[in-house]
Amino acid sequence: MITQLILRALDKKAVWLVAVLAVIAIGVPMLNLGLPADHPLHIPNYAVPLFGKYLNYAMLALALDLVWGYCGILSLGHAAFFALGAYAMGMYLMRQIGARGVYANPTLPDFMVFLNYKELPWFWNGFDMWWFAFAMVLIVPGLLAFVFGFLAFRSRVTGVYLSIITQAMTYALLLAFFRNDLGFGGNNGLTDFKDILGVNVQAATTRAALFAASAFALALAVLVCSAIVNSKLGKVMVAVRDAESRTRFLGYRVDNVKLFAFVVSAVLAGIAGALYAPQVGIINPSEFEPGNSIEVVIWTAVGGRGTIVGPIIGAIVVNLTKSIFTSGSSYVAAGVVILIFSAIVAVASGWTKGLIVIAASVAIPVLYGLYQLILYGNFKLPALSDVWLYALGGLFIFTTLFLPKGIVGLIAQWRTMTTKREQHDRNATSPVDVEAGVDPEPNPAE
Amino acid sequence: MTNRILRLIAVLFALALSPLPALAQGTDFTAMVQALGQGGFPDREAAMNALVATGDERVPPILQAMSDGTLFVRKSDQRVLFAAKSGSEFKLTDPVDSSNAGTATSKDIEKVKVNNGLRGKIRTAIGTMTLLSPDRASRLSAAQSILKNADPAMLPLLDSALAAETDPAIKSTMDLARAVIVLKSDATLDDKRAAVDTIAAHGDLDAQTVLVNALAAAPDELKPTIQTGIDAIGRNLQIWQVAQNLLYGVSLSSVLLLAAIGLSITFGVMGIINMAHGEMVMLGAYTTFVVQELIRNFAPGLMDYSLAFAVPAAFLFTALVGIAIERGIIRWLYGRPLETLLATWGLSLALQQMVRTLFGPTNQMVSPPSWMTGAFDVGGLSITWNRLWIVVFAIAVFVILQLVLNRTALGLQMRAVTQNRRMASSMGIRTPFVDAMTFGLGSGIAGMAGVALSQIDNVSPNLGQGYIIDSFMVVVFGGVGNLWGTLIGALMLGVGNKLLEPQFGAVLGKIIILVLIILFIQWRPRGLFALKGRSIEQ
Repeated sequence: MITQLILRALDKKAVWLVAVLAVIAIGVPMLNLGLPADHPLHIPNYAVPLFGKYLNYAMLALALDLVWGYCGILSLGHAAFFALGAYAMGMYLMRQIGARGVYANPTLPDFMVFLNYKELPWFWNGFDMWWFAFAMVLIVPGLLAFVFGFLAFRSRVTGVYLSIITQAMTYALLLAFFRNDLGFGGNNGLTDFKDILGVNVQAATTRAALFAASAFALALAVLVCSAIVNSKLGKVMVAVRDAESRTRFLGYRVDNVKLFAFVVSAVLAGIAGALYAPQVGIINPSEFEPGNSIEVVIWTAVGGRGTIVGPIIGAIVVNLTKSIFTSGSSYVAAGVVILIFSAIVAVASGWTKGLIVIAASVAIPVLYGLYQLILYGNFKLPALSDVWLYALGGLFIFTTLFLPKGIVGLIAQWRTMTTKREQHDRNATSPVDVEAGVDPEPNPAE
Repeated sequence: MTNRILRLIAVLFALALSPLPALAQGTDFTAMVQALGQGGFPDREAAMNALVATGDERVPPILQAMSDGTLFVRKSDQRVLFAAKSGSEFKLTDPVDSSNAGTATSKDIEKVKVNNGLRGKIRTAIGTMTLLSPDRASRLSAAQSILKNADPAMLPLLDSALAAETDPAIKSTMDLARAVIVLKSDATLDDKRAAVDTIAAHGDLDAQTVLVNALAAAPDELKPTIQTGIDAIGRNLQIWQVAQNLLYGVSLSSVLLLAAIGLSITFGVMGIINMAHGEMVMLGAYTTFVVQELIRNFAPGLMDYSLAFAVPAAFLFTALVGIAIERGIIRWLYGRPLETLLATWGLSLALQQMVRTLFGPTNQMVSPPSWMTGAFDVGGLSITWNRLWIVVFAIAVFVILQLVLNRTALGLQMRAVTQNRRMASSMGIRTPFVDAMTFGLGSGIAGMAGVALSQIDNVSPNLGQGYIIDSFMVVVFGGVGNLWGTLIGALMLGVGNKLLEPQFGAVLGKIIILVLIILFIQWRPRGLFALKGRSIEQ
């Protein structure tokens, strides 16, 4: 049965994706470590953890897609599971510092000495052993998701209500982790990591290994998700997404299906977080910010929800764009990004909408310049990093308005269009494209 | 011409002469003060009595200085002066007109000596002058100083002052002071019991401290009485504390109600969650700022009434923005509530950034009108005017909104669309128009909430973010599309938060409230007052 599951998981698309990820997992560290620094194909040291971070984000987006794209549960608190995994890993890394901290206390991390802890809080016990910490990376997010999901799905909290209470969950955790007396370093979080599994966490080889681990973890997540959505259970999940009540009336235990998807998704998010912490070198409560979770949703939406490859593309594309905007690159690069996005919109929803995107993108810097002209007498474009929030906001708005199926959906749409054109001579009727199961009329109950 | 010059000289003469009586009085008073430095103790007492007889308000500090040993005589010219030690020298001040009289070393000056008998008389004299003074403030401060020192020698004077006193506040302080003195003196046990009762009836923190201090020194027979008194005061204080917390809770509730009520309307009628709602609040606050700046620059006389202009301006501006958002974005997303949530979140990011671009990331100063500053006391409660006005404002908004929903054609249509959109549409209600108006109304109310929040919070681009999650909690808790639900939700959240705060601290209290709401939603997935319907999805 398990072989069957794996075989089914390895359908054509997933095989390609896993193969690409495997090539990246091996190729990038090789290009980083194996080539001299002046070689044109050399990948600089700073880029390895950066790309590794993107892969972790991609895994988080894939985890969210499993519940949102396939099961219809819009979680606005998925970054909480990610952060919990990262904290579990961070606790292990803190215990590895040992006596090398500023206060040179053999058991207590620096912040505990600073906050006058006399002994290790009980929940820090065991985190000096890697296997325990790694198990906690899976168990803590999974357990939280299980308890939360069990309560929520059993009492049939759905739709917007569920989204809001997941947001409340991550907000409550944010507030809790900001407290110094919770024992997780409060505002500053956990940082100053030294070793992981006995090797220096800052070393180039360790970074390359962490990158490879991130890529392999993502490949594994692709396999898991692919196996789930291609199984019979996956079909039920889609049924729950499209017509929850009907599925329930057909005799399926909707609550259990949702709970399963939610817990698996939380565990995947936790693993992504655990790989994220050593690569960025710090984990603090701001990871619990509700805004972060919503950003994950937009990655998934941009890439295309309800597909395996979509959220991965979305997370990487949006974060690359963010780097282009915020790292002070040129206006030209940003302009190219906007043009590509407009082109995608134009292909997906017609050229007028592509023009709207371009118009909005041009309008904001120009209006800013005019504002400066009126105020100070010289036309000055805004700094690119200041434009990023406009761009992110615009991405949210235009993606939901013009790209409801994301980039991947666009490719699928383009494919059906070509086949449709072939069929056009035989069949003149155009099928109406209605999103399955969604009431075209606004439903006040939702 | 000559005539005029003569007249001028006459006037000048008159001007020059007029201060003379005052001057004469001044020299007279100075001479009386100088007398303090001459002769032996009996002479000094006579000089003091003469000074007391003038009733001059400068006398008590001089007498006090004499009693404290800071009144000196300069040997060179026999002048009586205040001396304050600074370093190795003394700084000298004239006691009559508080002018600086230079410095001196300890050799140049001599202390005006007093003995114990004289010290007692000085105290009585000061007490008489201040306790019986016609000025209310000095009487009150005298009563408070007696309460602090609790000197048994003051008892007779206090009794006479008590008999003459008419002001209730001063009288009660004097009562307390008298009881404290009785407790210290060697009065009979019954008198002391009565004194304890008087103190306990006073019921504030000072009274409790007095009793706690008295407990140790008291005879054993009195100890239970004092303990009962302490406990009674403790209970009393606790009740006031709870009342104060309730008040804070109501104040927080009013803010939450203002922030959430617009959200409740749009959520109820249109089934969408408007993540940009917080930014509407923020825009309202910025409108207040702009209106205030305009008034400051063009009509400074109206500064105290700037809020009267800001409220309609904020309502109109944010309502227009809201209608634009509805027409531009949201109407394309009907039937996809989760995606509306994303689009409006994106909008909120862009709006925040826009305000940051226009006004800068720093806080803007909105100065409160004079009638909203300050505080007043009711019993043991302290109420600030701005919080009180916000409660009043929230109630007014709530009532007006109820009237709009229940008494106008638009309200009727809105309720119809809330209950059954298709049916309402079939009956000829233009649902797109109702949607736009509803969104405008909800946004406009958010804008008015912004006006209120600008008075108690920082006007910054992040203003709305701080309230959006709490507003969601209120709406989800209260149930959608029901204003009473929102009201009760806001009250329970606000009061609950403030009642938990003393025990657990602000942050933990908030976490507890969030967890309770998450659990509450399990029990009632559609909130406290769910809309009843027959659709399976409800």
